[in-house]
Amino acid sequence: MPESRTIQLVDLACTVNGRNVALRIEPRETLADVLRERLGLTGTKVSCDAQVCGACTVLLDGQPVSSCTLLAVEASGRAVRTVEGLARDGSLTPLQEAFIEHAAFQCGFCTSGMLMAATALLEEQRHLSREDVVHALEGNVCRCTGYVPIVDAVLAAAEAGQ
Amino acid sequence: MSPRAAVERPAEASLRTVQAPDEPRSPLAGAIVGRSVPRRDALAKLTGRARYVADLDLPGAWHGVIVRATEPHARLLGIDLDPAFDWSQVVVLTANDVPGDNVVQFAVDDQPVLAIDEIRHVGEPVALIAAPDLPTAEAARDRVRLRTEPLPPVLDPLASDVAFARYEIAKGDLEAGFAAADLVIEGTYTVGRQEQLYLETQGMLAVPREDGGVTVHGSLQCPYYVHAAMRRALALDDARLSVIQSETGGGFGGKEEFPSGLAIQAALLAIKSGHPVRMIFGRHEDLVATTKRHPAVLRHRWGVTRDGRLVAQDIDVVMDGGAYATLSGVVLSRGTIHAGGPYACPNVRIRTRAVMTHTPPSGAFRGFGAPQTEFAAEMQANRAAEALGLSPAELRRRWAYGIGDVTATGQVLRESVAARSVLERAVEASGFEEARAATAQARARRAADDRAVGDGGRADHPRGRDEAEREHPAHGIGVAMAWHGAGFTGSGEEHLASVVRVEVTADGRIVLATDSTEIGQGARTVLAQLVAEELGVGFELVEVAETDTSIVPNSGPTVASRTTMVVGGLLVTAARRLRAEVEERTERPFAASYAEDAHANGPTRIVERFAGYPGVEWDDATHLGDAYPAYGWAAAVAEVDVDLDTGEVAVRRIVSVDDVGRTVNPLLATGQIEGGTLQGVGYATIEEARVEGGRLLNDRLATYIVPTALDAPRIDAILVEEPFAGAPHRAKGLGEIPMDVPAAAVVAAIHDATGAWIHDLPASPERILGALQSKEHEVSERTAADPEATEEAVR
Repeated sequence: MPESRTIQLVDLACTVNGRNVALRIEPRETLADVLRERLGLTGTKVSCDAQVCGACTVLLDGQPVSSCTLLAVEASGRAVRTVEGLARDGSLTPLQEAFIEHAAFQCGFCTSGMLMAATALLEEQRHLSREDVVHALEGNVCRCTGYVPIVDAVLAAAEAGQ
Repeated sequence: MSPRAAVERPAEASLRTVQAPDEPRSPLAGAIVGRSVPRRDALAKLTGRARYVADLDLPGAWHGVIVRATEPHARLLGIDLDPAFDWSQVVVLTANDVPGDNVVQFAVDDQPVLAIDEIRHVGEPVALIAAPDLPTAEAARDRVRLRTEPLPPVLDPLASDVAFARYEIAKGDLEAGFAAADLVIEGTYTVGRQEQLYLETQGMLAVPREDGGVTVHGSLQCPYYVHAAMRRALALDDARLSVIQSETGGGFGGKEEFPSGLAIQAALLAIKSGHPVRMIFGRHEDLVATTKRHPAVLRHRWGVTRDGRLVAQDIDVVMDGGAYATLSGVVLSRGTIHAGGPYACPNVRIRTRAVMTHTPPSGAFRGFGAPQTEFAAEMQANRAAEALGLSPAELRRRWAYGIGDVTATGQVLRESVAARSVLERAVEASGFEEARAATAQARARRAADDRAVGDGGRADHPRGRDEAEREHPAHGIGVAMAWHGAGFTGSGEEHLASVVRVEVTADGRIVLATDSTEIGQGARTVLAQLVAEELGVGFELVEVAETDTSIVPNSGPTVASRTTMVVGGLLVTAARRLRAEVEERTERPFAASYAEDAHANGPTRIVERFAGYPGVEWDDATHLGDAYPAYGWAAAVAEVDVDLDTGEVAVRRIVSVDDVGRTVNPLLATGQIEGGTLQGVGYATIEEARVEGGRLLNDRLATYIVPTALDAPRIDAILVEEPFAGAPHRAKGLGEIPMDVPAAAVVAAIHDATGAWIHDLPASPERILGALQSKEHEVSERTAADPEATEEAVR
């Protein structure tokens, strides 16, 4: 590296999609940086870079967080889940199936964040109203679908007993 | 290096077809066309495996950044590099390093790759820097100083005397038309800049090649636009130049022309540094540096008779093109042709111009000039209905185009005109007249309460409404219509002469090849459906070649609602020829014999080139004739709640009825309507990129607001099929028309709720409160509503 500054590296130990991860990282690295650049988990997208659009949403101990502004060290000792961790052994979750059935994605760039925000909601609550879903996804911007099929898909997944 | 396999295999073949058993099938549906088969890209996008340009990992790739101008207009005297910085670790390029023409090629050669001598807008690229890592590149950028001498900027489009394009089209006798009119409806309307806000920012990865050429991977809509622009600026031949579209996170027009310049810039840095170079915009840079929808000022005078006929339209449009022409001429042309709305009128004059200002260039955005001009036309139609005391639906029944009507460019509408059927479906599905009667009653109640306050009663209530009503916002309903020519304007498709290829490969696979891009709209799925239907094979058997200019032919850009209609039509014709050729040899059905035929006789490859739609004639010089081979038709009904104390609008429901000729994939078509509708709702209510002093004010996603799930109305999307016989598959374009129609419907609903006409988009709370507080609108409405008074005013 041509940079002459010396950077104090710090330890990060956490689980990502159920696997133990131990890394030496720069303190300024965001969780999105670590997932995308160090772990190659590029399913997590960065769009606004300012915690506004929700594209970078991942789950931290089951709670949705914006990984673009969260320092990776905050994940120490905690469980991180990303879009890559949803399908198991090639079988999609009911939510992912519902996204196909309702065409709840087009360009796909908000999709990972939508799926993670909706997954957190579905894991927390079994009986969902349309209003519950709309409020839970309020922080996730989609420019393609008009949100209608996304909300429909989440409701359908809730029905299917996610 | 190829980050994706050369041919996208339909990995989703195992997924079930998404058609609910009770989904009503269109009479035009086939075995595959007309069915909601699942998208080709479903698994990749739902599991995080889809690779967008920022996801491509090339070891050793450098990072490129752009030094941008900070003034709207200045003479560029020099570019100074801070001697305290170690420049040996980076590559710096200026206009002098462009080996070919320093031009980003569009219709007009006015935009440089890098500014030389003159700066014409804030954010204009002046120099390029690449470094092994992003912090170093950004540190270097901060050590570049532009030496400039400020020049006076032109910021007001109405004061600009430089026009990128002008049109005047006329039909009939305007003077005679106004002489026959009993009422004249006049209005000046303005529409703001709108940002496409594709979720994936602009991005490009350029890889230098051993042969001195370059391959770019990028987020883009039009691979051959990028290809042509690179060839010109880099002085490279086709053999040393490839453009590969990576998965693209939305475009909406924003990745039509803009990526051409970025691809050249990334390629320059890659060739100079000898390393792959990534240039991925952050959101702030994307908002500041990229094109927006043209803002416009639209002046209308329409003459109508007391018995409700439209006899004259006089229309004047000024669009602000910003600092460079980009696509302004074509945007203006489409806006001009659609400016009168979908209404038959014997006497028309439409005069338009797109002007230069020292603001960031305006460019393509879904609708491409039509949302601006059609908003004004629909405002006029709604105000005319009010002045005549007619229902706005009834007025449109009388005025809407039908078979045999003649447009402002002199085009006789011979077939596939669905204006009245979309209107009737929208009126019926929304319960328009019943809802309108109810809102009229509520308005009358409020007015009576207001009078009570005026008479001295109930002065404790600001507007005289009782408590129960104050807690409830005012409800309103409004209607609008739209038409949208599908494909390039006039002779555009003939000039493009698009090419597609369908083949059975030597190993017995079926592959379709086109440069039409998948940008989320579902192109790869829909085009494969068309080919599978024609060949009589399963959808999963048709592969779509990777969008790489070294593999696919030039089928024209992915714009202008042309992919399904024009490119899809070419693919259908190619597939028909392929099937006939194979069946002639094998004397058996294609599906049962093509693989065997390939193994016995080798590959069969059909190349199909566009050769014009029958009977379409257009004169480029006069801008008259058959402007489009076919039009899509739409009607929307909007319902809103307006808080009369704060001016806040909640759009509750939109019924959007859109004619597509023939539906290829109902679920994807519905998605186009829903998405376009919400962009239209944003345009109507909250979205505006505000430029002051040549500078974008809301340059973050926290300040440029787009609708969220909370803002989204219920959207009832209804497809109408009025087949277009000129296309082999009878389908018309759908991508843009859903964006053309909602804004005027929303503003009509706001008027229905409040009695105030908002002439300026977006209809913000400030504007609504302003209109409510000002009594001016009431005076002008009264004048317009009284034919005698207006008659006097006119004559």
